[in-house]
Amino acid sequence: MTIVYEDHDDEAATDVPVRRIKFSINGKKMVAEVEPRLLLAHLIRRGLGLTGTHMGCDTTNCGACTVLVDGRAVKSCTMLAVQADGHEISTVEGLATASELHPLQEGFKEEHGLQCGFCTPGMMMAAKALLEANPDPTEEDVRWALSGNLCRCTGYQNIVKSVLWAAEKLRS
Amino acid sequence: MFPSRFRYEAPRSLDEAISLMHNGGDYVKVLAGGQSLVPLMKLRFASPELVVDINNVPGLAYHRTDPDGSLHIGALCRHADLEHSDLLKTTQPTMASAAPLIADPIVRNRGTLVGSLCHADPQGDWASVVLALGGAVVARGPRGTRAIPLADFVTGPFQNVLDPDEIVVEAVIPAAKGIRSGGYLKLERRVGDFATVGVAVAVETTGENVTRAGIALTGVGGSTIGATAAADALVGRPLTVMSIGQAADLAAEVARPRTDHRGSAEYKRHMVRTFVQRILSRAEAAQERAA
Repeated sequence: MTIVYEDHDDEAATDVPVRRIKFSINGKKMVAEVEPRLLLAHLIRRGLGLTGTHMGCDTTNCGACTVLVDGRAVKSCTMLAVQADGHEISTVEGLATASELHPLQEGFKEEHGLQCGFCTPGMMMAAKALLEANPDPTEEDVRWALSGNLCRCTGYQNIVKSVLWAAEKLRS
Repeated sequence: MFPSRFRYEAPRSLDEAISLMHNGGDYVKVLAGGQSLVPLMKLRFASPELVVDINNVPGLAYHRTDPDGSLHIGALCRHADLEHSDLLKTTQPTMASAAPLIADPIVRNRGTLVGSLCHADPQGDWASVVLALGGAVVARGPRGTRAIPLADFVTGPFQNVLDPDEIVVEAVIPAAKGIRSGGYLKLERRVGDFATVGVAVAVETTGENVTRAGIALTGVGGSTIGATAAADALVGRPLTVMSIGQAADLAAEVARPRTDHRGSAEYKRHMVRTFVQRILSRAEAAQERAA
């Protein structure tokens, strides 16, 4: 799928190169036709309509747009969609099943890990990558792993508790 | 934000990548981790005509020690690979202490050491580390391969000596002449911010005496600063309170900090002195414990 940007008459519209990419999103195989300059975050949000991935700072700082690419946390505002070719993308929409929340989502609910909720999808995806690599993290490990994600509400205390809650649930 | 239009190629071999660079027009950029290039393209500070994405080129993600003791870091070796590397933890104290301080954990998953060197940001951490270790980059182009010492590689802010059709395939750290010690210290306002001040110190000792030393400074000048006189003051004698103090003073002297929102010039110069002293004192204490 190609995403259409507003035309500001400042660029030659002729000869716009479009590439076909194949990737999977939350386990579902997809094909898309993208302009090389399309960002992965825009493909996810505008192209696929998965608006759980948030755009915060748009400058690789805040981590709200964090998704997993082949299991590794990546800031999707800082990766080209065309680079997703052949890779597996997971977003926050892939966490819950039809009938139950993912333990991370439950943890954020139980421990009051969010206030405004804007950073939460990025926090949960970064935490998911951590728990897959390290199922029994210390508080320090959690803080370290989430140090690329900014939250302006919580002071982080309850986010850390939420992730530790999820870790315990996943281990039991 | 999104970048201006560009052509995109994702070659599957180095030869193909170099040929694309050679025939690609006036403004071609290599895309590896993209953690500096993509933000610059989004801000339209960089608007290349062609982007050559080397992520599909096999055999560049390595870091390994060769039989001669030199360390080689491929163009697709990510910061996170180096952060979790047992090889670095056991053989490269300065690199091992720098790796967890690069950007933030998510950026480290994609960004590369070689990309950071090529980007030549005066606030880039790896350039100081590699400079202090006397390292080099290996560039490959249509006219062959050449090694460029890092001291000659960076010419100014965001500028290096690469020809437009050359790609850096790896960074090389020469074998140690003695037992390595040292470290990297970085003052930052928060995780992921650019360094207010960064100091890399690499020392090699044989017996009691320092046989090689390198000191380099991040964020306190228009480019990475090699504090050669400071490093030379350490060589040929054991690490002592005297020699450490002398090196710290000499390093602070060559810093060219500017007052900005991260701190005053005076404060930054003071931190250079403190960091050199701190790293060397720790190295000295470790040596005493070992003796």
